[in-house]
Amino acid sequence: MKRDWRASLRYYWNVKVLGNAYLRWQRWKMERKGPPRKWRTDILAPPLKIGARTKELISRHYLEGRYANGHKPVAWVTSGAPVEILQALGYYVLYPENHGALCGARKVSVEIASEAENAGYSRDICSYARTDIGAMLSGKTPVGKLPKPDLLFACTNICQTVLFWYRVLAEHFKVPLIVIDTPFVYTSPEEHSIEYVKKQLENAVPIAEEVAGKKLDYKKLKQVMRYSRMAADLWLQVMERGKNRPAPISVFDQFIHMAPIVEMRGKPETVDFYAAMLKEVDERIEKGIGAVRNEQRRLLWDNLPIWYKLRELSEYLAERGVAVVASTYTMAWGELAPLIDPEKPFESMARTYIQPILNVGTGKKLEKMKKMIEEFQLDGAILHSDRSCKPYSIGQVDQRNRLIRDYGVPALLLEADHNDPRAYAEEQARARLDAFIEMLY
Amino acid sequence: MGKIAAIGIDVGSTTAKIVGVDEKGEFIWSYIEPAHPRVEDQVDRFLKKLEEENGPIDGIPIVATGYGRNLVHQATRKVTEITCHALGVFRQLGHGGTLIDIGGQDSKVIIIGPSGEVVDFAMNDKCAAGTGRFLENTAGRLMVKLDEMGQLALSSEEEVPISSTCTVFAESEIISMIAHGVRVEPILKGLHRSLVKRVVAMVRSVGLVPPLMLSGGVVKNPAIRKMIEEETGQKVIMPDHPQFMGAYGAALIALRGSRRK
Repeated sequence: MKRDWRASLRYYWNVKVLGNAYLRWQRWKMERKGPPRKWRTDILAPPLKIGARTKELISRHYLEGRYANGHKPVAWVTSGAPVEILQALGYYVLYPENHGALCGARKVSVEIASEAENAGYSRDICSYARTDIGAMLSGKTPVGKLPKPDLLFACTNICQTVLFWYRVLAEHFKVPLIVIDTPFVYTSPEEHSIEYVKKQLENAVPIAEEVAGKKLDYKKLKQVMRYSRMAADLWLQVMERGKNRPAPISVFDQFIHMAPIVEMRGKPETVDFYAAMLKEVDERIEKGIGAVRNEQRRLLWDNLPIWYKLRELSEYLAERGVAVVASTYTMAWGELAPLIDPEKPFESMARTYIQPILNVGTGKKLEKMKKMIEEFQLDGAILHSDRSCKPYSIGQVDQRNRLIRDYGVPALLLEADHNDPRAYAEEQARARLDAFIEMLY
Repeated sequence: MGKIAAIGIDVGSTTAKIVGVDEKGEFIWSYIEPAHPRVEDQVDRFLKKLEEENGPIDGIPIVATGYGRNLVHQATRKVTEITCHALGVFRQLGHGGTLIDIGGQDSKVIIIGPSGEVVDFAMNDKCAAGTGRFLENTAGRLMVKLDEMGQLALSSEEEVPISSTCTVFAESEIISMIAHGVRVEPILKGLHRSLVKRVVAMVRSVGLVPPLMLSGGVVKNPAIRKMIEEETGQKVIMPDHPQFMGAYGAALIALRGSRRK
């Protein structure tokens, strides 16, 4: 990448001076204001105070992105990419999947995905990929402007779609693409597979160095790994607090507040953020505050959120005394924390990134769900059958039937899509949810 | 005939049904009409008809079910079709098992427990394949009366496979078959098979718990019944008023609610 002092000047002025001050002021205002008027305080606890910081972090992240080109090297990465290497090299890291989720939550994903569809990309392709490609082609985004990548970094541990998706990006932006291939783990990872991933990570370093125009500082890498580990540990603890009755936070809260652990892993402010969140969650436990005011039934959520229906679903369930307190999805960014070893950065990265939930056998997911049902004392499960995420949805029919057989709890397969509201049939979904809830009581 | 003690109204996608039960929960009065877009008016008319034939209904509890249940403002409670069907069928047949209900716009498979509770259920996905609409659509195209379809299908030895389960695509497939000179009866047989296979796949997804029971408007069609038996290898049991099971279950819930008070 070419550095440009004017870009750096713009970055410092707009992000570090104006942006930071403005965002801090916004946060200050939000912390002093009560819950927003549309917040259903009759059925839900008031919003988490940490929300003001989440908003500040995310806004700053995209603001930095807006002015990053020319000042910092920029990488676009997949959600399960070993991003620590890039963080240590001072990259600005953009997560197209998170950006896609944001578009979904702001209800603009259809408009942006249509840009990709109009260019010939099939509607059968993952809605994140379509949203991202649409944003790439049209420049449309709710965050102002996305920076152009200098490097693309894709890891196949979440799906095979990324392989083709990132090739499209590489073709469009004419920048180097690093692919980390993670062999599928059926039961437990083979040592030779870990070695294979480790070698690829080591080989990725010189390319990332060349694009960044600087050498990797191993001391810095270890520090980044430590921050990753600390933040993931804290995130895991936050989620485990859901074992309390009533659960201090719901999975819907987790969906919102997981953004930093996904897109700001390896940064000190992310560690501070989750430490503060844990403190607030513990205060709620002390005061006996439940995320759902009248918690009567507790559920598990499997698969990605339905981003464009978050609030509706959360309110619909809360109205009926149902709290969703554990999810396999948010857990994915915490459960591997113990594997991160800052002293052995490459080996532990290989070991961690080879076994996220989507790269291991479906039996493993079933085991995880069973463990959650016991440990979180759950009364049922909603399995979102996500049209866009095949690797997550495969096996759900059997998983559902086994949960019913082994635990006698009702389990619902809810057909939808994480980012494409056109694949969500309101009436049908409502009919299933209504009947499912009658079964819970 | 006893006095009506509770009322159940089932506003479905294709038909609207009303059932009255006596204080013992016996099915004593019913009425059915094609579903009207103005649900409230239709329900008012239903209740007036009931009053004319059975006397005043003041104070009698009403439970509504079906897609339009939330528009029935006269109802004291609204309950889903799943729970209502399970209850209605359980009360009529006296045992649990697997219930297949094929309605106008959705079909459902309900596993009913030994005391009438819903153990598990599955519904068709976001399309009309495997529902009454599938047959209705193609009946029109083939100029066959809906209530003759089943007999005609059964009258044919031959059967042409219909590969599309999608209602719209199946129609195009049929048009091209007619263009190739294929007779109507084998096409009809293939159509029924396609629907039944779709429904039986749903039964398999939840796991069949015998005995197998059948309700909904489509069961009036003899071919569907026969083919379900062929595909599952199970004898099918039917309640007396298969089309009214949702409304009947709703009436039973209304009755139970009034007893509790």
